[in-house]
Amino acid sequence: MPSSHDWINKPLGVVEAMFAQSNSNPEWEAKVLEYFKGQLKEKESHSWVPSLNDVPLHYLKPNSLVKFRCLVQDMFDPEFYMGVYETVDPSTKVLRCGKYKDVTECGVDLNSRNTVTAERQTFYCVPIPGESPWAKEISFLSAARVVPSTSYVPSRQKRSYEEDDDMDTQPQKTKWSLTELQSSSPHGNGDSKRQETEAPSSQTTAPSDCSSHLDLNFPLPGERGPACLVKVYEGLDSFKLNDTLEIYGILSVNPVLTVIVYPYRDPSLLLLNPTESMETPEEQRAHDPPASLVPRLHMLYARPLQHNNPLLPSAPTEDQSAFVSSFLVEMASVRAELLAYLTHVLLGDGLAAEYLLLHLISNVYTRRDVLPLGKFTLNLSGCPLNSYTERLYQIVQQLVPCSYRLSMSLHTMNSMRLVPKKDYVANRLVSGALQLARNTSLFLDETQLEQGQLDSSGVRNITALGNLISWQKVDYDFSYHQMEFPCNINVLVTSEGRSLLPSDCQVPLQPQVTPPNMEEYLTTIHMAQFTSQINKFRVYLSLARTLDYSISDEVTKAVEDDFVDMRKDDPQSVTAEDLHRMLVVARLLSLSLGQTTLSRDGWMRAKHIDMLRRSRTEQQKSLNGNEP
Amino acid sequence: MSSPTSTPGRRKRNRDDIPATPKSTAKAGSDGLVSPPSQRRRGQDSSNGDLPAMPTSPGTDIASPAVHDTSLFSSPRRSVLPSEVDMSSPLMYGTPSSRVEGTPRSGVGGTPARQRPDLGSIRKAPQVDLHSEPPSADGAVASEQALGQKLVIWGTDVNVGTCKEKFQRFLQRFIDPASNEDENAGLDLNEPLYMQKLEEISVVGEPVLNVNCSHVQSFDADLYRQLISYPQEVIPTFDMAVNELFFERFPDSILEHQIQVRPYNALKTRNMRSLNPEDIDQMITISGMVIRTSQLIPEMQEAFFQCQVCAFFTRVEVDRGRIAEPAVCRNCNTIHSLALIHNRSAFSDKQMIKVQESPDDMPAGQTPHTTIVYAHNDLVDKVQPGDRINITGIYRAVPMRENPRQSNVKSVYKTHIDVIHFRKTDEKRLHGLDEDSDQKLFTEERVQILKELASKPDVYDRLSSALAPSIYEHEDIKKGILLQLFGGTRKDFSQTGRGNFRAEVNILLCGDPGTSKSQLLQYVFNLVPRGQYTSGKGSSAVGLTAYVMKDPETKQLVLQTGALVLSDNGICCIDEFDKMSDSTRSVLHEVMEQQTLSIAKAGIICQLNARTSVLAAANPVESQWNPKKTTIENIQLPHTLLSRFDLIFLMLDPQDEAYDRRLAHHLVALYYQSEEQIEEEFLDMAVLKDYIAYARTYINPRLNEEASQALIEAYVDMRKIGSGRGMVSAYPRQLESLIRLAEAHAKVRFSDKVETIDVEEAKRLHREALKQSATDPRTGFVDISILTTGMSATARKRKEEVARALKKMIQSKGKTPAMKYQQLFDDLRGQSEAAITKDMFEEALRALADEDYLTVTGKTVRLL
Repeated sequence: MPSSHDWINKPLGVVEAMFAQSNSNPEWEAKVLEYFKGQLKEKESHSWVPSLNDVPLHYLKPNSLVKFRCLVQDMFDPEFYMGVYETVDPSTKVLRCGKYKDVTECGVDLNSRNTVTAERQTFYCVPIPGESPWAKEISFLSAARVVPSTSYVPSRQKRSYEEDDDMDTQPQKTKWSLTELQSSSPHGNGDSKRQETEAPSSQTTAPSDCSSHLDLNFPLPGERGPACLVKVYEGLDSFKLNDTLEIYGILSVNPVLTVIVYPYRDPSLLLLNPTESMETPEEQRAHDPPASLVPRLHMLYARPLQHNNPLLPSAPTEDQSAFVSSFLVEMASVRAELLAYLTHVLLGDGLAAEYLLLHLISNVYTRRDVLPLGKFTLNLSGCPLNSYTERLYQIVQQLVPCSYRLSMSLHTMNSMRLVPKKDYVANRLVSGALQLARNTSLFLDETQLEQGQLDSSGVRNITALGNLISWQKVDYDFSYHQMEFPCNINVLVTSEGRSLLPSDCQVPLQPQVTPPNMEEYLTTIHMAQFTSQINKFRVYLSLARTLDYSISDEVTKAVEDDFVDMRKDDPQSVTAEDLHRMLVVARLLSLSLGQTTLSRDGWMRAKHIDMLRRSRTEQQKSLNGNEP
Repeated sequence: MSSPTSTPGRRKRNRDDIPATPKSTAKAGSDGLVSPPSQRRRGQDSSNGDLPAMPTSPGTDIASPAVHDTSLFSSPRRSVLPSEVDMSSPLMYGTPSSRVEGTPRSGVGGTPARQRPDLGSIRKAPQVDLHSEPPSADGAVASEQALGQKLVIWGTDVNVGTCKEKFQRFLQRFIDPASNEDENAGLDLNEPLYMQKLEEISVVGEPVLNVNCSHVQSFDADLYRQLISYPQEVIPTFDMAVNELFFERFPDSILEHQIQVRPYNALKTRNMRSLNPEDIDQMITISGMVIRTSQLIPEMQEAFFQCQVCAFFTRVEVDRGRIAEPAVCRNCNTIHSLALIHNRSAFSDKQMIKVQESPDDMPAGQTPHTTIVYAHNDLVDKVQPGDRINITGIYRAVPMRENPRQSNVKSVYKTHIDVIHFRKTDEKRLHGLDEDSDQKLFTEERVQILKELASKPDVYDRLSSALAPSIYEHEDIKKGILLQLFGGTRKDFSQTGRGNFRAEVNILLCGDPGTSKSQLLQYVFNLVPRGQYTSGKGSSAVGLTAYVMKDPETKQLVLQTGALVLSDNGICCIDEFDKMSDSTRSVLHEVMEQQTLSIAKAGIICQLNARTSVLAAANPVESQWNPKKTTIENIQLPHTLLSRFDLIFLMLDPQDEAYDRRLAHHLVALYYQSEEQIEEEFLDMAVLKDYIAYARTYINPRLNEEASQALIEAYVDMRKIGSGRGMVSAYPRQLESLIRLAEAHAKVRFSDKVETIDVEEAKRLHREALKQSATDPRTGFVDISILTTGMSATARKRKEEVARALKKMIQSKGKTPAMKYQQLFDDLRGQSEAAITKDMFEEALRALADEDYLTVTGKTVRLL
């Protein structure tokens, strides 16, 4: 750890020093980036940088280096700014650098010859939607451990220290207690303790009435955390909407940035100043929210996140490969444990547990023209009613880093905004619940759906869900046209009968046990798991999805032969669709065991479990004959 | 140049202006409301009110506030002014002269000039004129060229005289014989184009001259460069030149105001995304879609101040959005006595328009950019939200400021475009019948690549296999879709009364569920720029056609177009065609043959173009295709609609081992091949896209003699097949289909002639499709009447036979007025050798009922 953390505490000083040295040689910009990249490459150094996700905004020093784990929710228009400008005061006429700053210092000589206009773009970033409480907590705890106290004011931090102690001393086992389970309900009104640690901007920095009219535009309802306007200087084309990034940048909370929208404006000013009259108040509010609520971040370095599981090394470095190879040994045993756990959760149904496991590690790994490959939407039918699905979701939520439960009641389907829509008045993309980060688990609870009328927005929502499942894309509504955004979301549908939504694979649940008290039953199962065990599951699920996979020529041949054979017996029984699905199952099955190539055995197993599943669905069909 | 009579008026005005100038310049200097650096030179210029204030040569910084001491502008200077500035120079042009001072004028001067707020406050740009040598040190640049007409506008290399001359020469001489622009319709292409336009102006009286920049460029590249780089200076010069020329020619013309030149098509029609700081203050053309327009904003051009003490009045012009209020009355020297009189100030119209990048030229995964555009004067309300337009204008950037009293500036500029010219790109799509104007531009290299590809003998197979590579086999279907993507040649027979001849190929895919029909549709939808994808289940007739909406704000009725109109010149993919309600399907009748959509709703009666190809997919009614039934019976679609499809394909599971093996291989490969391997194997989707776009735009094949003969033969042959069995096996519609397909195939080859090989392929494909869809399952023959009348000839014959047998049987029973339905059915079945289904029996009953032989009431059959 270097003695001075100037590059964290005063990054602008570093930038300015480099600018001053450069003598207007444009190369200094690249140097700055290199410097910060180099600093961050050092071991552990990125964990010294305080994170906006974990630390309340008012504990952070303005103009210091911070990081932010986020999703790019909207991309604003590019803006031109003064890259280099000259001060107006003739006695101290110097060139200043305007990069990484929102506001110029001292008077600017606008007529100077040396002014350089440059371009940058603003991204509206929100914390990763649906991030599980455990992921937040773990990243918070690890951050609290390493962040040097220089970045906080210790005295003000008292409360969070207490909190840390509290958490550390707490017996691990009771931490995932019933209260915890209940409190982390889908709409995230978590327990009071966590509210304090999550840097909820609305509560700590502003009275509630102030934040109420400011819509921070989170994709999911009930989300909290800081939204951020990120100013991007380099590599504009490399970023895409809905990317998950870890951004390192200079925090700017200058109050000048806040545009106060006066209810009464001087009409003559309005008339004469064209720059003011062209923005609607809505637009101003969306694009220049108070910096205390939506801080600005001047990006120095951004790292695309493959996943947001804090238990895994995030960057694909040597670190990670070492981690992976060490974990691969354990893979099979962890899988067995997880399978046993899921079997208990699914009321003793081993086959359904197997499929759920495969679903949880599925991932769209590539697209062939319009066809997404690797998606594995699971429809668990025959779910017991009475909040079983809710419990099931909570258990899934404990396992994956990102998830969201959409209760498909008539009311929500008719009223909720699923598809993001462009609001041309405020000139921003109004988010919807389907604007999710990659690999988010979307839990569609169809058991909540009752009979009744879907109105037009309900139909649109259902269509959007159908498109999402079949093509892994969401058509954002730009009112004059639609725009297609590919996504990568694991959709799990729970339903009573067969789901009305399409799915890759339907598994009717066959409970082997019928516990008299479902809640108690699930809670007991849950309690029986140690945190260390759960953490292992979490690592396992995130890791299995990142593994590479291939099929050898030999096995290809075998699969082909097999397919021809199957068709020979009864061409109607096996279609191309079935082969598609079996190939995906085989892939996931192999990966779940840590095998990166398909073996003959793997293929036979995949065939076998698919056979079991199909016999079960057919059985179901013959039971209630009216099923299509 | 300009008539001397105009001078007095101008001179007076100038004198009026002067007191205001010092303040305004000083203010501009300290406030620094200047455009960003690339504009700086001119920004600086314009911040300097008058020539005398120009103390140094252009190289030095003259705008520093220290220079702007008010003392510089002492009264003696004022008298110098008029002689210093040439009245015809652009400095004078464009000043608000709505306030005519009553001086008699003629010619150019007789027509009031109209302000051009789109060009900004150029009137203040200093320029040294040719008649008098400037008194100041300006000569650094000027003196050496003082004798010639080489003086330039400060900060540019534009010499007004030369520029004017060049432009006049351009107007008088420019001829573009190859012109095919719609705007030039009716003009003689061998005469100077713009002189004809001037003539038009003199007749029509609309004082606007649109000038295509590419014309200027081909005529005089240097002039073009100046126009692009210094539009603010050059365009007024153009205006001047035009007006002189015009009034010379048509001295008696009366125009509302002087002619304004509106250049458009600034060479590169740029993407909004590619605008960068270097474009500031340059003339640009960008394309986009209007998403919002503001209310009309009256913008003050000139403020009128009156002294409360002595009633002396003065006028102050707006300088970049600001008015410098004179602090002292010049007449009575009272301080702060001047008050603004609103209704004597001059205003101009202004409108803010937001334009969004058109979805076609956006990188995937990003959101579209928007740009603010200001329209002035008569360009206000020219465009509506939803219009796709090309905008030519000047790109501007203004620094932002939170508080005018604050010295800290937010280091951001606000950018906008002052529009000079609008051009709607989709206008003709709705109203005209010409080819699209927004042609995709291809680079030389790209065209070379495409042509190379086209010259390959197997291009047809290559392209068809590149189409949706993830879908296995179905080669003929892919070929059919490929031809649909290219389309036939558009022909106009309106003179012979036939009207338009459909060039679009319609295709219906039917078959078992799960045979990747939807996937094909999705692929096509993603491939074509103007594709629409709808599902029969989810769309109503309204959603397909168009509906009328009342705008909640303006109460104006707005026509909102649906999928079919939106996919004009594209492909409309309709999934689950069979699930569509009958009323929805019925709108397709018109679209699929006449290629128009008639709308009569809420007082709006119109006919919209819907030259769209329809690619539909239908599932069989019984969820599984029944090979024992005809196509019509399987999908239960009205034959009137079916006959409008050129090609109907069945996508069935072939169920044979070799196929299975290939399919399995294909699918497994899909799951393990890496991205690169796939790239190698197949053509890039982008290349395919460009290939299609190129062929659609530039290739218009015509039938040659041989091909026509081949077509005739093919048609005769098709007719012959049936005639032996008393069936009609082809209709003129089939011939038309053949022609279209042959043309499309010629397009695939980039050939301007339809040759025999095209006809051969068209025939083959058509036959394949017919073989699949129009084979009579009972006889095994291809029977086109299945598709055209909904029933095969044999089926009809059999129906008649059953009816006859039934009648005979009833007659043989003697006089029984009423019979039991079930009994009759059983009897008939017993009597007949062939199996008779209930359907057939009922059909026979119906036939007899039609003959008025019997009636069926409930379970009894009565004879009449």
